[in-house]
Amino acid sequence: MNVFLNQRARYVLSELGQIALLARDIFVSALTFKVVWRDFVYQIYSIGVKSQSVVLVTGAFTGMVLGAQTYFQFHKVKMDTATLAVVSVSLCDELGPVLTALMVAGRVGASIAAEIGTMRVTEQIDALRTLATHPVDYLVLPRMLAAHVALPLLAVECIVVGIGASYMVCTQILGIEPVYLWENMLRYTHDVDIFIGLVKAFIFGGIIALIGCYKGLTCGLGAEGVGHATTEAVVFASITILISNFFLTLVMGKLVGLL
Amino acid sequence: MIEVRNLAKSFGAHPVLEAVNFRIESGESVAIIGRSGGGKSVLLKHLVGLLQPDAGEVLVDGENIGPLNERQLLRVRRKFGMVFQGAALFDSMTVAENVAFAFRNQKHQTAGEIARRVAAALEMVDLPGTQNKKPAELSGGMRKRVGLARAIIYEPEILLYDEPTTGLDPIVSDSIDKLIIRVRDQLKVTSIVVTHDMRSARRVGNRVMMLHQRKMYASAAPEEFFTSTDPVVRQFVDGVADIKEIVI
Repeated sequence: MNVFLNQRARYVLSELGQIALLARDIFVSALTFKVVWRDFVYQIYSIGVKSQSVVLVTGAFTGMVLGAQTYFQFHKVKMDTATLAVVSVSLCDELGPVLTALMVAGRVGASIAAEIGTMRVTEQIDALRTLATHPVDYLVLPRMLAAHVALPLLAVECIVVGIGASYMVCTQILGIEPVYLWENMLRYTHDVDIFIGLVKAFIFGGIIALIGCYKGLTCGLGAEGVGHATTEAVVFASITILISNFFLTLVMGKLVGLL
Repeated sequence: MIEVRNLAKSFGAHPVLEAVNFRIESGESVAIIGRSGGGKSVLLKHLVGLLQPDAGEVLVDGENIGPLNERQLLRVRRKFGMVFQGAALFDSMTVAENVAFAFRNQKHQTAGEIARRVAAALEMVDLPGTQNKKPAELSGGMRKRVGLARAIIYEPEILLYDEPTTGLDPIVSDSIDKLIIRVRDQLKVTSIVVTHDMRSARRVGNRVMMLHQRKMYASAAPEEFFTSTDPVVRQFVDGVADIKEIVI
């Protein structure tokens, strides 16, 4: 049992160490301005534009469900008009960035790991290296930067659509007075809530790209290796997002004086 | 000039190379032969720094590349061109983009100049007019030719070929061999060809080296190598499964 735990601990520490080394390489690459802007724009399209539909649907239906559930509880204590304020703060602080990141991790994290993993098993990454091109400069840095830029924008879309959808449900289906609903939302949603959401989305973007690229670059041989890397990229990115979200909430709550 | 001193490499508990020593002079053309899975490709990847040795040294023009990190190795790799076993073309790009890849970050060359060099490289490998095709549209032999065009376009000093004729029919193999000889003679590059195709080894190398049981077993000029009476060499050259069946 001890031997097994020892091996497991070593494996986890070794993985974390390798991810840290990759992060260092990305940092060095970013400092030397090795990014090819054409690749960066393409990755913005691939990560950001192509993820819009899934993020918009997630935001809209989460906003609608959250609005309805909040109304069901608040209606009992005659606080109907506070419904949209709860939806807004929840979406800005937590649900917007987290759900966006989880959806993008599923779509983009898997795609990054599969693409880079396939390049690895077909020796395309070795070919890059023999052509005097650092794989981090060519493959990882554009994806990292694009994910850092795209995630906050997607999170904003998710939040806006979620609030809009919730507003429609509250006013058109649940019959809540629109003016009070809107005024209460504006009163209880602060700039800092939006700021927290954007910072979280920025960090989650980096997590998705970093883990996706790492799993692709270190994937095992053959189709099985690529499949394994793809699954692990999604699972590890999702878990890392959920765990880091808790600590980010605590840290940023302390920083902005909520704690 | 490439020199390998006491090179050793293992994957896990499985040793692949042990105390491998050799030296290849500039302008030489060397065929490295050996059994499948015998470590030939692993050896080739050490020469260009794609793998790090467990022990020993690889010297390129007198510089030990072992201690260099990935970024420092980029400078050394500019001396090399490599043709991979499966061609390793970038499948998201066209043939022209693949061949021109080495110039993608070079600002001093215009698009017209790059297009001219791509056309010349494709002409040299007998594939003119294929610029707009995708790798998936090409046959195995054509992909290897494009891989060679990609490797020679920036005029490297050393060309490495990893099993260039494996999986190709004899006619295409013959054309690839002729192409390797033509490139060697026209560009005056150092060529290192890893193969287990005896016909190919006989034709493309000024020297044949044999990797056997993790060590460099033999090294000689082709005429001497292929007339050797050494039972291990004869077994491989004649393609005999049982060493007792060899008639010397």
